[in-house]
Parts: sequence; structure tokens; C-alpha cells
Amino acid sequence: MDLLSLTAVELSKKIKAKEVTVIEATKAVLNQIDKIEDKINSYVTVDKEGAIKRAEEVQKLIDDGSLTGPLAGVPVAIKDNMCTSGMLTTCSSKILENFYPTYTAEAVLNLEKAGVVIIGKTNMDEFAMGSTTETSAYGPTKNPWNTEHVPGGSSGGSCSAVSANECFFALGSDTGGSIRQPSSFCGVTGIKPTYGTVSRYGLIAYGSSLDQIGPVAKDVTDCATILETIASYDKKDSTSVAREDYNFTEALVDDVTGMKIGIPKDYFGEGLESEVKEAVLAAAKELEKKGAIIEEFDLRLVDYAIPAYYVIAAAEASSNLARFDGVKYGYRSEDYNGLHNMYKKTRSEGFGPEVKRRIMLGSFVLSSGYYDAYYLKALRTKALIKQEFDKAFEKYDVILGPAAPTTAPKIGDSLSDPIKMYLGDIYTISVNLAGLPGISVPCGVDSKGLPIGLQLIGDCFKEKNIIRAAYAFEQTRSYTGPFDK
Amino acid sequence: MANIISDETIEYVGILAKLELSEEEKEQAKKDMGSMLDYIDKLNELDTSAVKPMSHVFPVHNVFREDVVVNGDDRENILKNAPEQKKGSFEVPKTVE
Repeated sequence: MDLLSLTAVELSKKIKAKEVTVIEATKAVLNQIDKIEDKINSYVTVDKEGAIKRAEEVQKLIDDGSLTGPLAGVPVAIKDNMCTSGMLTTCSSKILENFYPTYTAEAVLNLEKAGVVIIGKTNMDEFAMGSTTETSAYGPTKNPWNTEHVPGGSSGGSCSAVSANECFFALGSDTGGSIRQPSSFCGVTGIKPTYGTVSRYGLIAYGSSLDQIGPVAKDVTDCATILETIASYDKKDSTSVAREDYNFTEALVDDVTGMKIGIPKDYFGEGLESEVKEAVLAAAKELEKKGAIIEEFDLRLVDYAIPAYYVIAAAEASSNLARFDGVKYGYRSEDYNGLHNMYKKTRSEGFGPEVKRRIMLGSFVLSSGYYDAYYLKALRTKALIKQEFDKAFEKYDVILGPAAPTTAPKIGDSLSDPIKMYLGDIYTISVNLAGLPGISVPCGVDSKGLPIGLQLIGDCFKEKNIIRAAYAFEQTRSYTGPFDK
Repeated sequence: MANIISDETIEYVGILAKLELSEEEKEQAKKDMGSMLDYIDKLNELDTSAVKPMSHVFPVHNVFREDVVVNGDDRENILKNAPEQKKGSFEVPKTVE
């Protein structure tokens, strides 16, 4: 049996059945990291000693019957924008190169209570601003399927770590597609939940009205199980929503009979690679064969989502990132003259180019004289986009389309033209603006051997619909990782 | 490019953003911001005069809670992260002459 090929839920079952120990699973992951990490660079921090110590503790708690949950004993990775008490948390930025949080993010705490073993913190685009994981201050992550290509981003390290068996699952965060797009590029499954489902407490904020934490895993069953574990109402996050139903695993049913699935024609236009289009439409056919009702429709305003997003995200980022000033934590410039110069020098030396670009844009659109024309205009556009989705969900249970217009681009190809890079998020971004849940599931590989992702979008609080559709589709194919070729 | 960003604008935004850009970075920022705004101007194609700005997707307004301290005193660990500290406080450069 190849331990590393197990899913998280399978592994935990074997641990509880005493076929494998938590230490064995943890060491298997650490060995895999030793073997390939210098080629992939999924992690900013690997905590070997801490992981082994924790594995021993968890094993005891499983043995004495205190830990019985479906994820007990599973080694996991956490995106480096979630605070982990006492463990370096950098956001892949120089400005947080020496930041050790004094508390743990609520979502991570929920996982710890469930008995997972944290292996380390994964690489990302600096402050989650980017679509390739190339803007990290700690070097780019490579796609395990082909190391000349990017893993996507911003949760690129989380997705590559899962894909390359450097952990059994990971947490990512999604502001404009940062879980779904890299999941698509790395051939793994990732969910962005309805806004407010997972607490943002301890998630270092980028665009607070859009950010959500979610799972990245090998299959839909793992994703639903992880989501069920991390989702909670949290008083410490004032945008947290007390949901009636958190039983996401109930939706793991291979039955889509009568499910109404809409395909937005606007998602299949210019810019979409033909191989991606074919694979996604073939996936729709599979669901149709299983009894789903598939229909094309017009989802208007698709082209307006990206400009609206960049105004809103940049505005919120400029405000959120004001806290990095070299006073309470993180990097402080060595050479300055007075307080204000210290702020400026610290921030200018500590932030990378993409972060500065977005802070500048955000400061501009919020400045007096431009606020109405840009910021409020974007918020009005957001309202219109939300209305379009509301109309669509009156007719459909699920919206189906690609997660990204292409497979993973080559390293270095995207950064030269920011707007081109932003366009890669065209199918994911509107989901964040409207607060909806979305999942990316692998649905094939292109002729270059790179994975393609199918995106399923649900109405707010209707994760179960997309989980059910994704699960039913997944039954029609078997999981392949980058080393199964 | 329809949006030309002046030196004064970049200077002003730099003050708002608390960023000190090199001459080279300023030139790049002028170009980047100009092309981003050209792209964002696409929003003007939409008539939004009758639409209210939506800051939150759910009808949530102010969320209040009792102001009760639930986390303990963690001063020592918090100060460990400070670039400079003095007598149990964060130390900053002199602010008043």
C-alpha cells in the first residue's frame, strides 16, 4: 500500500483501525518533502520537530479514545496567511519575515481540535495578491505536474503540496479565485465556501469583504469533511454567519437526477482554450448522463467583474495593509529619519511590487474626488452582478463552467502583463463579489499533460448542491496525481 | 492611454499609501495606474444611477458584542515581535520635537 496516495479520510480510518500510525503518516510526508521540496518549493516553513511531537500526542489521544473524528491523525499544511501560534507566519512577504503570532486562526484551531498534525506553512503570492505564486518573497512555487509551469495562485503552495503528496490536505484562502484556480492548475479539489461560513479570525486580511478560507484536497469527500470541520460561527469575526446546516458530508451522494445545471454561454467565449472547453463540456455530458438537466443561459456582466473586483480588493487592501508600519511586529527599516520616514521606508522596503501596485491603486480609488467615481461605482456594479446570479439561481441549482480559461502558464509568462494575469481570474472573481460557494474539481488533462479544472458554483448557503454534483461527477473518473502518469 | 497620471498625483497617492517610491518606481506606477484605470473605466458602460452600493452581500449592518476581555495578558509574547521595545512598550522614533 502506498501510504501517500491515500485521501485524508482514508488515512484517518486506517489510523483508527491501527493499520498505520500517526507517526508513520507524518514521517512519510516529511520524507516526501525531503525528496522533492527543493524542486517544488510548496512550503515557506516546515516544522519537522513540532510535527513529530504533535503526531505522538495525537496518536495517544486516538488510542485513548478522545479523538475519533474523520480527520484525526492527518498531516496537513496551512497557507502562510493564517496565524499559527508560535509558528512563523509570513504571508510570503519580507515585511512579516520574523512574525510569530501569539494566537491561532479559528479555522486552524478547529482543525487542531479535530486532531490534525500541522506540517508547516505553504507558499503563496505575497499577501495573496497574484495568480501564480510568483510574487512570493520566498521564491516561486513550481507546478508538480511540470516544474516549468506555475501552480497558480495565490494558494499555489497549498495546492502544489497536496498534489505532490507533501501533505494529505491543506487550507487555502480565496479572495478572487485563489483556491479554485490553483486547484485547477494542480489537479486537486478545492472549495471556496459561502462568505461568512468559515471564520476569518486570524486570517491576515487582503480584501475582507471577499476573503474566505477553504479546503484543498485530493477529492470531494475530503473537501466536504474538512469544510464541515473548519466551518463555525465565530463571534470574533463580525461577518461570520450562524448557519442552520453544517452537515456538508450529507451531500456526498452519487445522484444528480433532476438537478438543474446552467452553463453560462459567456463563460465559453474568447480567451478560453479549446482543450479546456472540451473537457468542461464533456464533464457536463457526464452529469447529463446521470440525470441532470443541462441548459445554456446568458449570465450578463461577466466582463465587469474583474474591473469591479480590482477596485474593491485594492481599496480594502490599502486599508488592511496600513497596519504594517514597523512598530508592533515584522520588519523595520534599518535606516530612517523620524517616525513618518520610518513608516515609509519600512513599507517601501518590506512590500514587493505587486503589493505596492495594489496599495497605490487602492489609496487612489479611495481618495477624495475619486471615491464616488471608482469605489462606489464598483460597489454598485457588485450589486448588479449579485442580481444576475440571483436570477440565475431562480432557475438553476448549480452553474457549471471552467475554473480558469487556460491550464497553468509557464513561469515568468504572467507577471510581465498584470492585466493579462488578472484576466485569468475571469470565471472565479464574480463568485467572490456575490459571496457564493464554488468548487474546482479535476476533469482532465490537456495535450501538454497539465490538469484542467471544472468549476461548479452554487447559490449562497447551497454548498450541498455543488458538493453533490462534484461528487457525482468524480465517480465517473479516478484520481490521478502528477506522479501517476 | 486615456488616463494620464501626473507626477503630483503619484506623489499624493504615495503620501496616502505611506510608500516612498524611487524615481523608477514612480514612472512604473504612473504607467500601471494609468492602464489599470483605463481598464476600470469599462465600468462606466453600465448605468448604475438607480443602484445602491453593496458593501456586504448579506443584510448585515453593525454587529455588536459586549466588550469583555476574554484573552489573557500576553504582553511578553506580543512584545517579542516588536522591532524595538523598551520597558514593556513598543519603541518608536521620537515624534515630538
